[in-house]
Amino acid sequence: MGPGTAWYLAVAGFLFGVGTLGVLIRRNPLIVLLSLEIMLNGANLALIAFARHLNNGDGQIFALAVMAVAASEVVVGLGLIVALNRKRVPLDVDRLSSLRG
Amino acid sequence: MANFLVWVVWVGAAFGCLVSALGVVSFRNPFYSALALIGNLASLAVLFLLLSGEFVAAGQVLVYGGAVMVMFLFVIAYVGPRTESPWTGGPSWQAIGGVLAAGALLVEIVVVIGLKAGGDLAHSHDVGGAFGTPSYIGRRFLTDHLLAFEITSIVLLVAAIGGVILGAHSRTTPDEVPSL
Repeated sequence: MGPGTAWYLAVAGFLFGVGTLGVLIRRNPLIVLLSLEIMLNGANLALIAFARHLNNGDGQIFALAVMAVAASEVVVGLGLIVALNRKRVPLDVDRLSSLRG
Repeated sequence: MANFLVWVVWVGAAFGCLVSALGVVSFRNPFYSALALIGNLASLAVLFLLLSGEFVAAGQVLVYGGAVMVMFLFVIAYVGPRTESPWTGGPSWQAIGGVLAAGALLVEIVVVIGLKAGGDLAHSHDVGGAFGTPSYIGRRFLTDHLLAFEITSIVLLVAAIGGVILGAHSRTTPDEVPSL
């Protein structure tokens, strides 16, 4: 009998908290994206822990869908960062404060 | 003995996971942050294996550790390293607020899970040997979750189109058409 579900959930909650911290305090949009990945991975760990706990594979399916959405988010986010860099906009989320449209 | 080994592997993976997550948040150079995230993903894959999610662990390593992180490192190399020091220069109101909000969220998660599922978490169900294998996942995807599968494919297609449009060079002059 290995570690119980509560241990995995503790790790998942901590990962989510650390990711939130990164999203809130970092100013480089690349690191904000990396911290978002940590948050999504924390949620994934909780989903898979509950799937194992309840003997129900739906949690794993959900985790795979989350991974696909995370990959899409990275594609769009990195595309935005490259486009910003090409327009010589400073890569600082505190200074990206105006929209045009 | 096997029990002890599982605990050793679990402690190592969980410790690596937490330390590398803290590294992602606190490294000054985004290149080191991306490398720390690779360590985070690898140790998460070990945790997934311990939870008998074999296919998800393999997908994690292939999709995240392979494709996504290579793309991240490429973009960091393209944009150039921009270092910032998140923990120096005295505590700003923004850092204090961020730490407080993240701590409040963590406490909320722990309290909600403890209140709603505290008693049930002790005894988990036994899973069969087929749980989490590729054939199991594939069967679930193509029977019960076919709609989710198709929607996922549409999401990926839309993301690919968006990436192409955002990354394409605009032929017009910048002041004529806002390409962003």
